[in-house]
Amino acid sequence: MQDVKEFREQMQPAILEGKHDFATVSDKIGDITLKRKTPFHWFVGFAIAFLITQVLLMTITYLVLTGVGIWGNNQPVGWAFDIINFVWWIGIGHAGTLISAILLLLNQKWRTSINRFAEAMTLFAVACAGLFPLLHTGRPWLAYWLLPYPNTMGMWPQFRSPLMWDVFAVSTYATVSLLFWYVGLIPDFATLRDRAKSKVFKIIYGVLSWGWRGSARHWHRYEIAYLLLAGLSTPLVLSVHSIVSFDFSVSQLPGWHATIFPPYFVAGAIFAGFAMVLILSIPLRHWYNLKDFVTMTHLDYMGKIMLATGLIVCYGYAMEAFFGWYSAAQYEYFMIRNRIWEGPYWWSYWLLILCNGISIQLLWFKRFRQSEFWLFTISVIVSIGMWLERFVIIVTSLHRDFLPSSWAMYSPTIFDWSMFIGTIGFFFALFYLFVRFVPIISIFEVRTLLPEAHVHGHHQDFEEIVNEVEIEKIDKP
Amino acid sequence: MSFAEIRKKILAQEGRMYWRSLEEFADTPEFAEFIKREFPHQAEQWDNSLSRRNFIKLMGASLALAGISGCVIQPPEKIVPYVKQPEEILPGKPLFFATAMTLGGIATGLLAKSNEGRPTKIEGNPEHPGSLGATDVYAQASLLGMYDPDRSQNITYLGSPRTWQNFMTEVRAKVEQLRASGGAGIRFLSETVVSPTLADQMKKLLAELPNARWYQYEPINKDNVFAGAKLAFGTPVQTVYKLDKADRILSLDKDIFSEFNVRYIKDFAKGRAFNDEKKEINRLYVVETTLTLAGAKADHRLAVKPSQMILIAKAIAAALGVSGVNFDASLLDERTNKWIQAMAKDLLAHKGRSVVMVGDNQSPEVHALAHAMNAVLENVGKTVVYIEPFVPNAETLQIDQLRQLIQEIDRGEVKLLVILGGNPVYNTPADLKLSRERLDKVPLRIHVGLYVDETAELCHWHVSEKHYLESWADTRAYDGTVTMVQPLIKPLYDSKSIYEVVQVFFKENYDKTDLDIVKGFWQGQSSQEVDFEKRWRKIIHDGFIENTASQAKAVNLNTAFISQIREPKTSGELEIAILPDPSIYDGRFCNNGWLQELPNPITKVTWENVALVSPRTAERLGLNQGWDPRSRAGGAEGISFINTKGGNLFSDLVKLKANEAEISKPVPVWIQPGQPDDVITIFLGYGRWRAGRVGTGLGYNAYEVRRSDAQYFGFGSLEKTGQQTRVASTQTHFNMEGRDILRIWDVEQYKEHPDMGHQHDEYPKSLYPRYDYSDENAEWKHKWAMTIDLNACVGCNACIIACQAENNIPVVGKEQVERSREMHWMRVDAYYVGEDVNNPQDLAFQPVLCQQCELAPCEVVCPVHATVHSPEGLNDMVYNRCVGTRYCSNNCPYKVRRFNFLLYQDWNTPQYKLMRNPEVTVRSRGVMEKCTYCVQRLSLARIEARKQGRRVRDGEATTACQTVCPADAIVFGDWNDETSLVAKMKKDKRNYILLNELNTQPRTTYLAALKNQNPEMPDYVRPPEIKHKKKADKDEHKH
Repeated sequence: MQDVKEFREQMQPAILEGKHDFATVSDKIGDITLKRKTPFHWFVGFAIAFLITQVLLMTITYLVLTGVGIWGNNQPVGWAFDIINFVWWIGIGHAGTLISAILLLLNQKWRTSINRFAEAMTLFAVACAGLFPLLHTGRPWLAYWLLPYPNTMGMWPQFRSPLMWDVFAVSTYATVSLLFWYVGLIPDFATLRDRAKSKVFKIIYGVLSWGWRGSARHWHRYEIAYLLLAGLSTPLVLSVHSIVSFDFSVSQLPGWHATIFPPYFVAGAIFAGFAMVLILSIPLRHWYNLKDFVTMTHLDYMGKIMLATGLIVCYGYAMEAFFGWYSAAQYEYFMIRNRIWEGPYWWSYWLLILCNGISIQLLWFKRFRQSEFWLFTISVIVSIGMWLERFVIIVTSLHRDFLPSSWAMYSPTIFDWSMFIGTIGFFFALFYLFVRFVPIISIFEVRTLLPEAHVHGHHQDFEEIVNEVEIEKIDKP
Repeated sequence: MSFAEIRKKILAQEGRMYWRSLEEFADTPEFAEFIKREFPHQAEQWDNSLSRRNFIKLMGASLALAGISGCVIQPPEKIVPYVKQPEEILPGKPLFFATAMTLGGIATGLLAKSNEGRPTKIEGNPEHPGSLGATDVYAQASLLGMYDPDRSQNITYLGSPRTWQNFMTEVRAKVEQLRASGGAGIRFLSETVVSPTLADQMKKLLAELPNARWYQYEPINKDNVFAGAKLAFGTPVQTVYKLDKADRILSLDKDIFSEFNVRYIKDFAKGRAFNDEKKEINRLYVVETTLTLAGAKADHRLAVKPSQMILIAKAIAAALGVSGVNFDASLLDERTNKWIQAMAKDLLAHKGRSVVMVGDNQSPEVHALAHAMNAVLENVGKTVVYIEPFVPNAETLQIDQLRQLIQEIDRGEVKLLVILGGNPVYNTPADLKLSRERLDKVPLRIHVGLYVDETAELCHWHVSEKHYLESWADTRAYDGTVTMVQPLIKPLYDSKSIYEVVQVFFKENYDKTDLDIVKGFWQGQSSQEVDFEKRWRKIIHDGFIENTASQAKAVNLNTAFISQIREPKTSGELEIAILPDPSIYDGRFCNNGWLQELPNPITKVTWENVALVSPRTAERLGLNQGWDPRSRAGGAEGISFINTKGGNLFSDLVKLKANEAEISKPVPVWIQPGQPDDVITIFLGYGRWRAGRVGTGLGYNAYEVRRSDAQYFGFGSLEKTGQQTRVASTQTHFNMEGRDILRIWDVEQYKEHPDMGHQHDEYPKSLYPRYDYSDENAEWKHKWAMTIDLNACVGCNACIIACQAENNIPVVGKEQVERSREMHWMRVDAYYVGEDVNNPQDLAFQPVLCQQCELAPCEVVCPVHATVHSPEGLNDMVYNRCVGTRYCSNNCPYKVRRFNFLLYQDWNTPQYKLMRNPEVTVRSRGVMEKCTYCVQRLSLARIEARKQGRRVRDGEATTACQTVCPADAIVFGDWNDETSLVAKMKKDKRNYILLNELNTQPRTTYLAALKNQNPEMPDYVRPPEIKHKKKADKDEHKH
């Protein structure tokens, strides 16, 4: 046993640090919920987030009572902050699904310590995102007409409309994400149930764990279900944002009507999502002393993914500009010139390039990827950049289209901002609740990272690891 | 004690005590004092801190105010069905009645649509010579004027309601006192008297009261016309132009397209038409200061400073060979001389088929010179007809009449002043202001008017005037044709017409209705008494009396005046031009939301007036320069005239001094291409302090710097305040960016290359089946289509208001227009053409409405099927189904869809409920809307035709924009019908599809505008070479 611990310490990269066994893992993560006193900063943070949520609620109330005219949307800019925020939030959600599903299928073990809160992030982001398409309609109380339900009017939605596809894509995504997250939580709820001292928590977690006893049969079924859901989620990572991008690419507006949009949007979504995971994980590992589970290795990996997806996105920018010129279509060409330099929103484009193109170049260097400060800063910049990207696509394309007589400027009102910031508050309020009441890291999955798990469960693997470490030792004298 | 306090006090009373306590309340000393006070501080009612939008919504005045001033008890309504069906009245079926609206001294014959006794739409009277079926913006918007809830609703004395009996008794008592002295001290002040009946009343009254006086004053009047005629002929005459007979038209600052005379537009368009039968089109030369619609339509336009106009007129006269004109060519620059020479040559080549017109704002000398020019050109009797003025007392200029009145008031000779219509307290010139101090010298003042306005506020008595749609009257058309006005509705309020008020001053028969007075007058005129009833019925039915147009008057030209022409005044400072506002005129339509929101035809500014400066002057004075050179130079292609950020949208506010006075409010500056340098144009009509909930406080008041000796032009200066303001304009970018949007061709080039506008009509293959409109599948299947002839369109905006009235389109207010959310289904786009922003070649107009695409981009993106294709090929908008995603609008390349971002409709005001077209859904918030091709009218025509078992005839189904169009630019009909006019227009070689490359296959298409340039002119622009045909084809195929 001692040997195992020793070589694990030397093991690089480290996705689990410190001296842990099954019990310490359960304690460390489970105690956040069960035993430890709720820290003061939680109350402060939650209070702020909750307050901002109230701003959201007030905005929504005023919005429903008065109309979308309280925002800055106009003719020709029919969509603005509403759809920008929708796409932004949906994009953020994507990293969670990517981490939980695709990385699971690719057998990337490092995902286990971040997937839980990344998935929670997905859910909350989708909740925020879902508000916008609903509330951006002129008559939100009739938005259910977008659902295909049998009705006395004999009316069906129109299936040719990309907004219709959105309804399916987003609702499927939300459902599968929720299921995936919840299924993954069942063993941990059972752990919490078993460890809880308070009767109330015992009952609540007992109900939530659906009678999980940890029998081999449970585990067997669990593994199959989880794998199936991972399989279901995987195409969603690609499809949801592809379909969101169809809202734009199916239309005929220069700046929207582009074949590059689906892959470009998916890459952008993952880019933004990882930025948000970093924004969440860096404070979390500090405040809850989780550096053993969310290691610098994790951060380093996420930095790399951000760099990779960010470069794809930059390629997208380059191609958009290239197509504008190469298409020789005057509207396309005008659009790109207007967007980059000749239009009044040129600043938003260059700010976008600065945020999404220039800032991520730092991630080529290990120094920056190993620095929490830099990673956090770059993530915040990227989040802003991805928001700007949607601003550039939506607003600058709409504000000057085919007939110059219709051109007009767009400027947001205070309610555009309160709605946007309100959803950020809502997101964090949900996240604070999550942190307080749900194990933020998958306890049982982290346990599988322990060498003990391998000794007992996968003897062969253990041997291999020992060998690898030995070989490495020989290589590096 | 203020209204607010009274209201509080009344509301503090409880329950059933209310009515009794109101009376008791009136007995309290405070209330008595309040009543006694001559001019109660009603201002509070208007200075409400509520936003204008909200205030408009609060139309039904609050309970307290209703209790005090709204004493009109509504007549009891009987809710019983007809026992006998009245003739012609069929519920749900509108009737049309002939009537007329008078403005600026001339009348336009109208047909008012009446739904169950409520006028709901104004159309032109097709038989009337002043209309021929068309109307202008003022007539269209007068409907809203009648239903305006801010109109004065009863007779008041010092602000408290009185009955007509009270009024008659008290006023007659006063008149009886003065009768002994022959009415000395009685003064009437009316607007221009056009009505023969009123003129007769005036004559008879002045005979009865020989020492009384009757003055006429209107801020926009025909003084210069009459003075000019006096100079030239020694007698005042009115000029009637026959523009349809003129091949060459020279306008000296006369904007025939904005004046209240649609007949001229109609005649001009007739001469402008180009088709297979008529290949010669007229040519319009315009010399003007401010760019107007006429200047925009001109083939050659010369922008001159106001002070230079007399020189130009002299130069033209000399060039035309008017005897006695000695003109020193060195006074003008070489280019201008060349311009004049070439133009004069062209006019001389068209003797008898040309016309020289002069604007009413030009000095009498210019008018007189034009008379001489028309004489030389042998136009008199052919294209120019002189008629006897039908205005009484045309000998004395209105400004002199006003001066006389002011002098008499100052001398304290006026004992009783009766102001019959008009708003002289607001609109008199600064040096002849009918101010509070002056009015205080008149012991008794009576005001008759539509509103409790600035003048009513300062008068003892106010009599609510009947709107023309509520009254009997007669008036005269531009050519003198006697035109009848009949009421469409019983007066909404306790109102009286001017006839009835004037009648009160007679010794006998003082209480007569307007019908009795008008009918009585015509009965007196009628020779065969027996037939009169029959004749009267016919007159009322027709709306005018046939063959009453004034006879041409023979005049003798005396050119002696030419030697007396003064040299133009010059000054180092800026020159100021003062014009009536194209939307709200002299200010009388200030409270009309439709007109307020109607974009200025040139600048597209709404809800206020601006001061125009040329781009070069703006640069010199550092006005509206912005911080970003991009937003000034703006576009991508060539030099552009845009007014986005940093440009006109954030206008500099300036202090404007003119004629030794200063405009009290800061004036927003607007850069106007085509404006001559160092000239500022300001507009009358705004800056009112007592207009109503819509118009109060908007814009600056240009009357503050208008002087009796400088009514239209003056000198002034401006000073930057350092502040900026946002001006609500519906269009901010006036450059086509090199796109094929508005086609303007040279007529000669087009004659040579008739196929120059060829567009590909083969469209890419599609998997989806095409819609089928052929007749084989269904009987009389229609395929509605429209063409808009840009060659005819003059940009007069009438279609916008007609559409607004027909389709219950709401007004959104200045703040919403600033946010670019105006709701007009129809808009008139303006684009400048040319390289020089200071002197653009052209300003062209393009009405844009829903193009009703065959492959409509809006239809496929709506997630709920709220916009669908109809079997007749329209893009129907199903309001009830719309949830408001706005996707359709984003995907519409023409951006013709309009979204109810807020609740723009007024659901509460009872008057507006009466006004709305019952055939059209009133949309609520959150719903997209757009042009429907007036589908309600199409259905009506279809139903009628089906009933009679036939096809809809061409011309039977019409859209509102089409019927109102004075230029007949809009043609609508069934494309399936090979013989229809629209099918014919579609075959015209000028026909083209807007944004054809998008393959939307719209039903609305445009016919290219034509320019008829004179190649000898110095500003002749050689038309660009026609692109090689093959290349053009290739371009099309790319898409």
